Amino acid sequence: MHEKLIFEHSRTGRTATAQFPAAEPADIPAGLRRTKRPLLPEVSELQAVRHFTRLSQLNFSIDTHFYPLGSCTMKYNPRACNTLAMLPEFLSRHPYSPDATGQGFLGCLYELQEMLREVTGMQGVSLTPMAGAQGEFAGVAMMRAYHQARGDLARVEIIVPDAAHGTNPATATMCGCKVVEIPSLPNGDIDIDALKRVVGPATAGIMLTNPSTLGVFERRIAEVAGIVHDAGGLLYYDGANLNAILGKVRPGDMGFDVIHMNLHKTFSTPHGGGGPGSGAVGVGKRLLPFMPIPVVGKEGNQYRWLTEKDLPQSIGRLSGFMGNAGVLLRAYIYMRMLGRAGMQRVSEYATLNANYLLARLKAAGFDAAYSDRRASHEFIITLKRQSRDLGVSAMDFAKRLLDHGFHAPTTYFPLLVPECLLIEPTETEAKEELDAFVDAMAAILAEAGTDPDKLHSAPHTLPVRRLDDVRAAKQLDLTWKAAQA
Amino acid sequence: MTTPANLKFLKSHEWARTESDGTVTIGISDHAQNALGDLVFVDVPEVGKTLKSGEACAVVESVKAASDVYSPVSGEVVANNDALSATPELINTDPYGAGWIARIRPTNAAEIAQLLDAAAYDQVVAAEAH
Repeated sequence: MHEKLIFEHSRTGRTATAQFPAAEPADIPAGLRRTKRPLLPEVSELQAVRHFTRLSQLNFSIDTHFYPLGSCTMKYNPRACNTLAMLPEFLSRHPYSPDATGQGFLGCLYELQEMLREVTGMQGVSLTPMAGAQGEFAGVAMMRAYHQARGDLARVEIIVPDAAHGTNPATATMCGCKVVEIPSLPNGDIDIDALKRVVGPATAGIMLTNPSTLGVFERRIAEVAGIVHDAGGLLYYDGANLNAILGKVRPGDMGFDVIHMNLHKTFSTPHGGGGPGSGAVGVGKRLLPFMPIPVVGKEGNQYRWLTEKDLPQSIGRLSGFMGNAGVLLRAYIYMRMLGRAGMQRVSEYATLNANYLLARLKAAGFDAAYSDRRASHEFIITLKRQSRDLGVSAMDFAKRLLDHGFHAPTTYFPLLVPECLLIEPTETEAKEELDAFVDAMAAILAEAGTDPDKLHSAPHTLPVRRLDDVRAAKQLDLTWKAAQA
Repeated sequence: MTTPANLKFLKSHEWARTESDGTVTIGISDHAQNALGDLVFVDVPEVGKTLKSGEACAVVESVKAASDVYSPVSGEVVANNDALSATPELINTDPYGAGWIARIRPTNAAEIAQLLDAAAYDQVVAAEAH
């Protein structure tokens, strides 16, 4: 069913009087008040409620659908985290209120820093980056600050394996570094010989995701760390895939000097649709002085903000106050509910679910991109064979899955695997849901043999059918114009 | 589409053609445009820019991905294909003709000889398919 824009529901003079303020605001000077009504849609309260309720029902979301969007960790966000983070004592707290009256809030953040430090094996944690991209920026900025503080000014190259997370080269460039890409081997591991060839006195560091975006664990990580450290560089861990190793392996123990964590992935805070996110960073000993501020310190049994005075070499502030404080509280509550044993269960079930799904899809006739490797928390199937033999693409499968009531996996990423689907079931899905997904994939595969056009023109059951991606990218038209009404 | 025998190639799917005036026209192969899918944006190198062979000199963006285009030769950019800014799909429809990206005055003619010929490039593509 096509849902009209709210502007198309509008009728001049129709209002929801119950929503009007009881009195004119007294504290806005007359000269600053608008005299003309804003060009907003005019609808009744019921029309507004129905419109937005219907829109919300058109969504694919983790609350309504299996959402195996690889590399994004779309897992369930427990309601309790939301309920507790919304306590009025948290919500009503002013960011400028003195430390003495915010000891509970500061205590939560301090404990969150400590738990993240422990679970990643790092020496210090700063929660201030507002999202993953800013966490990455903070991480590379700290690496640069470290080299510069030592007078080692020639180190401007960041090595990025082609299986790294796609944002890594962008981050390195934003930090003024030069990106040096190295290839992966056919088995998914880093090409160690290529790494040895590119490291040297210009190496600032390497950015890695482990497990990599190929859905496999980087087996020679200790060797990689040795080569980069021996060359004078630092190791950056992109926490995008932390869900696979939580409570099992610690990036600090693998030799990483800095890590960013997407709290909105692994630690189950809301994500998608633009956030708010959180990109907390953890650092090893060498980068401790450079952490972004503020961080929460503890003296005796009192908590306080640590600022420029405490960390004079800090790369500075990345946000006015303390990142997305509400998101940090949700992550804190999630971790407290899980506890140490619970965190291990997260990664155990995340990898078990991924490997179960991989095994069943292989049995159903799909090709794993790395068939001799065990999956991490996610895995890649390649539809190269189906594309060649049946003329159907990964995008066709993704679109047809929507008709079966599943959000599509990540398509065409990572770029080095042709016609790929990157599938991440997460630990919060029941076996029945995974089985239903396999049934849908098998049904689509059978259909690709008998009626491939059904795939080419999918989706068929949704309010919006197959989009013209090219036109959408070239002729973005997002503005409703009153004149057209 | 058969691979034109008068072109030379990089493994990374760029082609180069030596023109009668000694300049070299570059673009991306039919296989590359097919793998990328429908192009929506092309960033061509500026005229006057000096390139090194193997250096990223242009960006092609499709509905699937954005990729760097590497220059097969060193030299100075003497012309670029303006038409691609409004009609990037020329690369999809005519990768070896109207979809050319830039023309370069090479500084080292020996580099051309080191590129893959059409048969060798076809083997690269065939190897990728397995």
